[in-house]
Amino acid sequence: MSDVVLETRDLVKHFPLTRGIVFKKQYGAVQAVDGVNLQLRRGETLGIVGESGCGKSTLARMLVGLETPTSGDLFVQGKNMSKVGAEERRRGRRNIQLVMQDPYTSLNPRMTVGDIIGEPFEVHPDVVPKGKRRAKVQELLDLVGLNPDHINRYPHQFSGGQRQRIGIARALALNPEIILCDEPVSALDVSIQAQVINLLEKLQAELGLSYIFIAHDLSVVRHIADRVAVMYLGKIIEIGTEDEIYDKPTHPYTQALLSAVPVPDPKLRGLRDQIVLTGDVPSPANPPSGCRFRTRCWKAQDICAEQQPTLEVRDKSGHPSACHFAEVRDVVHATE
Amino acid sequence: MSTDVNVKIDALAGVDPDALPLQVKDLHVEFRTRNGIARAVNGVSFDLRAGETRAILGESGCGKSVTAQAIMGILDTPPGFITGGEILYRGVDLLKLPESERRKVRANRIAMIFQDALSALNPVFTVGFQLAELFRKHRGMSRQDAKARAVELLDLVKIPAARQRVNDYPHQFSGGMRQRVMIAMALALDPEVLIADEPTTALDVTVQAQIMALLAELQRERNMGLVLITHDMGVVADVADQISVMYAGRVIEEAGVDDIYASPAHPYTKGLLESIPRLDLKGHELSAIKGLPPMLTNIPPGCAFNPRCGYAQEVCRQDPAPPLYQVSPSRTAACHFWKEVKGDE
Ligand SMILES: Nc1ncnc2c1ncn2[C@@H]1O[C@H](COP(=O)(O)OP(=O)(O)OP(=O)(O)O)[C@@H](O)[C@H]1O
Ligand SMILES: Nc1ncnc2c1ncn2[C@@H]1O[C@H](COP(=O)(O)OP(=O)(O)OP(=O)(O)O)[C@@H](O)[C@H]1O
Ligand code: SF4
Ligand code: SF4
Ligand SMILES: [Mg+2]
Ligand SMILES: [Mg+2]
Repeated sequence: MSDVVLETRDLVKHFPLTRGIVFKKQYGAVQAVDGVNLQLRRGETLGIVGESGCGKSTLARMLVGLETPTSGDLFVQGKNMSKVGAEERRRGRRNIQLVMQDPYTSLNPRMTVGDIIGEPFEVHPDVVPKGKRRAKVQELLDLVGLNPDHINRYPHQFSGGQRQRIGIARALALNPEIILCDEPVSALDVSIQAQVINLLEKLQAELGLSYIFIAHDLSVVRHIADRVAVMYLGKIIEIGTEDEIYDKPTHPYTQALLSAVPVPDPKLRGLRDQIVLTGDVPSPANPPSGCRFRTRCWKAQDICAEQQPTLEVRDKSGHPSACHFAEVRDVVHATE
Repeated sequence: MSTDVNVKIDALAGVDPDALPLQVKDLHVEFRTRNGIARAVNGVSFDLRAGETRAILGESGCGKSVTAQAIMGILDTPPGFITGGEILYRGVDLLKLPESERRKVRANRIAMIFQDALSALNPVFTVGFQLAELFRKHRGMSRQDAKARAVELLDLVKIPAARQRVNDYPHQFSGGMRQRVMIAMALALDPEVLIADEPTTALDVTVQAQIMALLAELQRERNMGLVLITHDMGVVADVADQISVMYAGRVIEEAGVDDIYASPAHPYTKGLLESIPRLDLKGHELSAIKGLPPMLTNIPPGCAFNPRCGYAQEVCRQDPAPPLYQVSPSRTAACHFWKEVKGDE
């Protein structure tokens, strides 16, 4: 079998916009995800970045089967999830688990930690025999750095970082190969973020997991990801290795995004290339023609309104970018 | 307009124009709750000069917002009580003023912006009306003049097509634009001090950059003092002059921005700096601070950081808590072992 554990082809999710209560009439659609192609390789971490509303969570929800794609295909271990039988789909799903952002709301407050972590066994009883489940849950608690004796406690008795560990333990219950993390550390304090990031890295090394790591914090993504995809209005507009994206970005949006991130070093103040974008993100229900970034792009030409730039390698940088005028510009390092 | 502002300042008895626009001295705030007394602020002091940006940096629950609320006089009382200290505006202790005087200072001299702009704006009135009301109430302007000033202000904070947008309601603005409106409201009466409590935390990074640039520009133009409350070490490095790092209700380190990043003198500050990933560096090991911040109803004796501290010795576990030691003429740190922590530099 190939090295690719997960692949999407032209994955699309449009949410219909309807009017009327009794006779619903569709008058448009939110193009939340619009033709996403990506591959996740065994053991790697693929970061997905982009601003609020660009479609990151919708993409994630399709990958774990919480949302049905409008069109396009999802392959898990080479198998097309929309073509296989129910049993095989169930097994495919089991292989991908989700860790969500908010450790405060994603756990049922009335369930004990043991029940929360063991809940997936109700759906997939064949993974661990009934008599061994409690031991398995305690093993999972230990694995994520929590005290196995706390199995009967409730979520409110844990801190935010500990709750995120519970979420991770639950995601690991079914021995998946792929973990999808949707903003796993954004709700956590700085000093706790590092604990959770280090835990995720340790688990990856120990269990050989593949990660898709969604975050709006570009510094965190640089730290954890091997490759990075940048999304804008439902599309991937640039994708490459961590070095390619951070040191040699070629898409104007990636450049603007990176240049806006402050670096925790006062000596670099004012020495970096700053691009201040004007205007707001257009509505995904009515995206601009051609290049979706053109309404905010300082490089836009006529062709940008007419032809949608495809995601391909155009210049020496060696990685794909969806810009007619892709060109490397270092915005991360001090220029002087 | 500046003339009637001055009238209002002079109307406040005891104002010394040569004194600092804001000084907080040994502020104590506690919350009396069913679960006991939560000592949210335990002796916070700092100075703010005109035109200066002071960052107050710290993790969730360390007392940043409560400090701001105490300064503004908007503390939730009960359960919150100021149990000690002084808050001086140009030499006048605001804590000793009657509420009517306090309100004048709040509107005119010290203003505040919040993390969540939507909840700070009134949803049932247009943005223009809310701005105009400020001028009518505090400056006695006519309806027409006030409206004109509202448009000017929206222009100032770079709302496109301000003349049309002035009639819109808050929900018709994007998150970044709402934050601009809130800045406009805070700056309407030309305050000398602006307290910004996590003004960009809820915003996307490109919008955050726009808002911070706008704040810096307005601050420069007006020589305004800015207290910036944040947990973002990147933002602080970009804009702050002075930094107060808070932990469990105390300022545990205070220094100029260059000193703190180059050679932190408190293990907590040092730990924070070592635990954040950087955009411009490839995956270096993150050394996390172990453990959790203490419950404020149950702060450990001695140094509040001692259960998490790699430098801790027996003395750290015993009262009194370490005082703010003078690390250099311009900086302090509340750690018995600051010399070791800071290293030779
Ligand atoms: N169930 C839904 N019905 C209609 N529109 C939706 C639905 N879910 C998401 N959307 C829209 O799809 C777009 C993408 O949303 P999504 O949550 O995927 O963004 P995101 O990149 O995860 O943003 P954030 O960073 O804020 O989490 C948004 O415009 C959102 O409003
Ligand atoms: N109305 C209240 N009643 C009881 N306790 C309160 C109240 N407001 C604040 N506190 C307590 O005071 C402490 C300090 O809170 P504060 O809001 O100042 O934290 P903060 O540093 O601003 O944190 P964050 O970064 O999360 O905003 C917290 O432990 C909080 O629980
Ligand atoms: S294709 Fe045109 S509008 Fe789009 S990013 Fe490139 S230059 Fe800008
Ligand atoms: S006083 Fe002791 S416990 Fe507190 S920070 Fe210094 S070394 Fe650590
Ligand atoms: Mg999301
Ligand atoms: Mg706060």
